[in-house]
Amino acid sequence: MNGDYSVFSVLREALRGHTGWRPAWRDASPVGVYDVIIVGGGGHGLATAYYLAKNHQRMRIAVVEKGWLGNGSIGRNTTIIRSNYLLPGNLPFYELSMKLWEGLEQDTNYNAMVSQRGVLNIIHSDAQRDAYARRGNAMRLHGIDAELLDLAALKAKLPYLDYDNARFPIQGALLQQRGGTVRHDAVAWGYARAADRLGVDIIQNCEVTGIRTENGKAVGVETSRGYIAGKKIGLACAGNSSRVAAMAGIRLPIESHALQAFVSEAMKPLIDNVITFGAGHFYISQSDKGGLVFGGDIDGYNSYASRGNLPTIEDVCEGGMALMPMIGRARLVRHWGGIMDMTMDGSPIIDKSPVENLYLNAGWCYGGFKATPASGWCFAHLIARDEPHEVSAAYRLDRFAKGLLIDEKGVGATPNLH
Amino acid sequence: MRITCPHCGERGLQEFLYHGDATVMRPRDGGAEPTQEWTDYVYFRDNPNGAHRELWYHNAGCHAWLVVTRDLRSHEILGVEAAHDVALRRSA
Repeated sequence: MNGDYSVFSVLREALRGHTGWRPAWRDASPVGVYDVIIVGGGGHGLATAYYLAKNHQRMRIAVVEKGWLGNGSIGRNTTIIRSNYLLPGNLPFYELSMKLWEGLEQDTNYNAMVSQRGVLNIIHSDAQRDAYARRGNAMRLHGIDAELLDLAALKAKLPYLDYDNARFPIQGALLQQRGGTVRHDAVAWGYARAADRLGVDIIQNCEVTGIRTENGKAVGVETSRGYIAGKKIGLACAGNSSRVAAMAGIRLPIESHALQAFVSEAMKPLIDNVITFGAGHFYISQSDKGGLVFGGDIDGYNSYASRGNLPTIEDVCEGGMALMPMIGRARLVRHWGGIMDMTMDGSPIIDKSPVENLYLNAGWCYGGFKATPASGWCFAHLIARDEPHEVSAAYRLDRFAKGLLIDEKGVGATPNLH
Repeated sequence: MRITCPHCGERGLQEFLYHGDATVMRPRDGGAEPTQEWTDYVYFRDNPNGAHRELWYHNAGCHAWLVVTRDLRSHEILGVEAAHDVALRRSA
């Protein structure tokens, strides 16, 4: 078992040639019957296992992952955290997530480089200012920080934007200062290490190939490493939720879509915050290594291939050029794609499934990273207590049949537009 | 990814708009109460990890609706038909 990481452990290892570091988690193999099996060793699955072990009664927990930890969307996103939502079903949930981010590193004893550098949504029209003012007011009514910046305040903060753009003139911005970025891989590693220290078995290279049911109840999972019995099974495999749920005969209101992200060559500190373009879909921040990290729309058609096509790259880069032409000569060094669970209303699902003892955490669209801590917290609550946590109670699977949609963008049942 | 329109030939993706799963069928209008059939039609999808039949609209071309069969793992286009022909065949 590892000791705590601290300045003293770093100094100690520096003096003895870094020979004392041990693997951050055990490479566990499945043993016996588990109280809870979490399918999916991404951010949400690992956070769920950690909060199950930390917040609830003693139980045997396993996380099964088809590849290696962090090979899915937790390592493929653009690392942004924020809680600048509008609708009542979302605001308390994402604010819980923000509060958990703020205490994450102390809680898990792992440096995740949480950086509350501020998220700015740029405003380009009178109507958009009204909409962002309304959003900011909704946030403040829920105790979340929000500040509407006028043109002078924004110019002082971000002098390099193209304020006089003929098509998309800039009027101001909505700022959430507590938003920012987090080192995404470290989130997976930190949760994995913290869960492992509480006795969770993290089983990698173990692909679930079937869900075994008896009398309508889930009793275990068939995997590439044999059958594993579990009293409760939680699915946290966004991107592939439809495939895994289909193993238990469940059809979901989800389409899988590819989302691309981009990193430029490294340069000196240039962009201090997270900035989003309001007249198209483009968002950008700068990593601590110096690369500009940016993205935009999903490609817009169903896909399970972890890559996209050129028209989306062109569209994203056009958005960037309209907002800040100074980046036009930066060279792109990497781009990649990930698979998103796009739901029919753009909001996630944390609920019991129609199969008893089988629980569902799915449908994160392209906003799952920021939700990681609260998703784990609330999914653990649901699995341990068989009732939803109060802040995730709206994320029901039956909201589609009942017309209780949570449609932040107001575009209806069009998963490629959310 | 390029799509070969039956009317216009092979064209780039930017000419087309995507409209999703082509296998879901609009139920007949029923009573005032929502039915499971309608919920399935509007919201639920098979979302297969493989061949997928889907609707594309040739917006910057001949304005035809197309039924494209595409492998979602590789983006390989396996077949393209005019949606008009598919509908005629279905009602025959």
